[in-house]
Amino acid sequence: MEKVKVDFEACKGCGLCVMACPKKLMQIGSKSNNKGYFVVECSDQNACISCTSCARMCPDSALEVSK
Amino acid sequence: MSKKILMKGNEAIAEGAIRGGCRYFFGYPITPQNEIPEYMSWRIREVGGDYIQAESELAAINMVYGAAGAGARTLTSSSSPGLSLKQEGISYICMAELPCVLVNMTRSGPGLGGIQPSQGDYFQTVKGGGHGDYKMLTYAPSTVQEAVDILYDAFDKSEKYRVPVFILGDGLLGQIMEPVSFKPMKEMPNPNTKDYATTGKHHGKERRIVNSLYIEPEICEPKNLELQKKYKLLEEKETLCEEYLCDDAEIIITGFGTVGRIIRTAVDDLRARGIKVGMIRPITIFPFPGEVYKKYANKQSVKLFLDVELNAGQMIEDVKLNVAGKKPVEFLGRLGGYVVSPEEIIEKVMEVIK
Amino acid sequence: MQTVYKKSEMLTSNPTHYCPGCTHGIAHKLIAESVVELGLMDNVIGVAPVGCAVFAYNYFNCDMQEAAHGRAPAVASAIKRVHKDVAVFSYQGDGDLASIGMAEIVHAATRGENITVVFINNAIYGMTGGQMAPTTLEGQKATTCIYGRQPRSEEGDVVNGNPVRVAELLATLDGPAYIERVMLTDPANVMKAKRAIKKAFEYQMAKKGFTFIEVMSSCPTNWYTSPIDALNIVKTQMIKKYPLGVFKDIGREAK
Repeated sequence: MEKVKVDFEACKGCGLCVMACPKKLMQIGSKSNNKGYFVVECSDQNACISCTSCARMCPDSALEVSK
Repeated sequence: MSKKILMKGNEAIAEGAIRGGCRYFFGYPITPQNEIPEYMSWRIREVGGDYIQAESELAAINMVYGAAGAGARTLTSSSSPGLSLKQEGISYICMAELPCVLVNMTRSGPGLGGIQPSQGDYFQTVKGGGHGDYKMLTYAPSTVQEAVDILYDAFDKSEKYRVPVFILGDGLLGQIMEPVSFKPMKEMPNPNTKDYATTGKHHGKERRIVNSLYIEPEICEPKNLELQKKYKLLEEKETLCEEYLCDDAEIIITGFGTVGRIIRTAVDDLRARGIKVGMIRPITIFPFPGEVYKKYANKQSVKLFLDVELNAGQMIEDVKLNVAGKKPVEFLGRLGGYVVSPEEIIEKVMEVIK
Repeated sequence: MQTVYKKSEMLTSNPTHYCPGCTHGIAHKLIAESVVELGLMDNVIGVAPVGCAVFAYNYFNCDMQEAAHGRAPAVASAIKRVHKDVAVFSYQGDGDLASIGMAEIVHAATRGENITVVFINNAIYGMTGGQMAPTTLEGQKATTCIYGRQPRSEEGDVVNGNPVRVAELLATLDGPAYIERVMLTDPANVMKAKRAIKKAFEYQMAKKGFTFIEVMSSCPTNWYTSPIDALNIVKTQMIKKYPLGVFKDIGREAK
């Protein structure tokens, strides 16, 4: 199961989650959504510590975190 | 009807609004309407309502927007310069289709002008003082009793059509003392029962949004057309006009508001001299009783119209539009705070019938 | 696995119109989460401003009124007088609150209206395209001060005038119960901002008086920076002019 779930269409690729992740797991991906934004992705779901930092910084509520 | 008591116009109007169910008042001091907020400040709390002396007319009209949007019966009053400041808010209220009642005790202008009676706000009130295509159900009472009776039903009408009801008075109406009687108290309907009101209880349900922003033309035009339809309905249903001794009249004198009572005196005097005069007095100035003017303009016996106003000639444009060139329309106006006298009207009639 | 963070149910499913990285979205979430945590979901009315947040009524999942430019505190005051036990908040930017609406905010505050105002300060007019705001910093460029805001010329004549600190100004009044300035630059500060907003709502529901949270925010688009650089500007430059902290707390004074 994914610990960090990304709402592909809600993400605007702003990168605030990339900055927020203490494990440096978030990155801007290579796929773009219907709005044309390159959507973020979690590079290593297993390494995620579910701290919710990424989701709290996301202005578009595009991230859901599980533990 | 209660027994008659002698009361100042402004205070009677405030009590009339309370009897009509008004429970929220927001206002800012300006002469000659100060007795309305003064009276409201203590009276409205006696009947379970609330009052804010706003920091400005801008704040006051936007408080009306807030309270009306929250489902309450709310009133604000002011005088000409204050109404100028309120125009933006009025435009928002009209687009958001909120019910409320507004009172203007008109003083003379432009600018600070003076504090004596005037009717210089006719254009501002019925031709759109604010931006956009909107109208208000606008009454121009001629006596304190008439004003009180209009206010008694004003909130019901405002809520029925979801338009502001506007009372266009003047300093004379506000300051005069007259015997007046009041009908029994109406309670304000519970705001929570209003289907348009923000009450805070609609999370996850049909949320209530009070708004005047319709940014896409494909939504904004239909919204505007809806408003226009409503104004047409007002024209059909709510037009009010007094006709006095018009049946055999050769000269029709016309005027609105307090000028009506002065015209009436002149008409009686002229009739005593054997001159066939009558009066048309619009009670609503929007909707304007144009049909009444058309009717008399088409009558063989009517020779001319005389329009009397406390301004440089504002309602006369609507009179002429409806008389449509069929009869001459003469004008008598006083400006700057002077109130026209019956003698001046009589003199003018004698002059025009020569 | 259990969900530890998801979109608040106080926010609608509408995607926001805000630019990528704009902190409006974070501030929206904090209000939404605070309202849910305080059990006020079915007891709250919001007032939206004019400016970037003009469409806020599309995003908060509750009854909303859209106010004329700057008049949100007047609208909110009146709503609160009608529904005295309902939480009422206004959400306003710096042009709306600190320029055209300065009278309304000062008077709602000094009357001590039991409302919560969330003030988004990003030192620029965003919606209209980056004009100088009342909070624009000295030296900061905007489309109506293209060489940077200059309060006075060398000769001592006024050029653009000085920026205004609203939290400090309102803290001089007797009506406010709680005033704090926060920023949204990192997860720790976001959590702190949320605690402040939640506390403001708690004070409001206890009828302690006027509550005001100034949220230092960014505008990547009109600052011509990346979202992350914009947050660094908040951290390194803006809070020098607009220091964080609690400017008034009648709960603390009582102790």
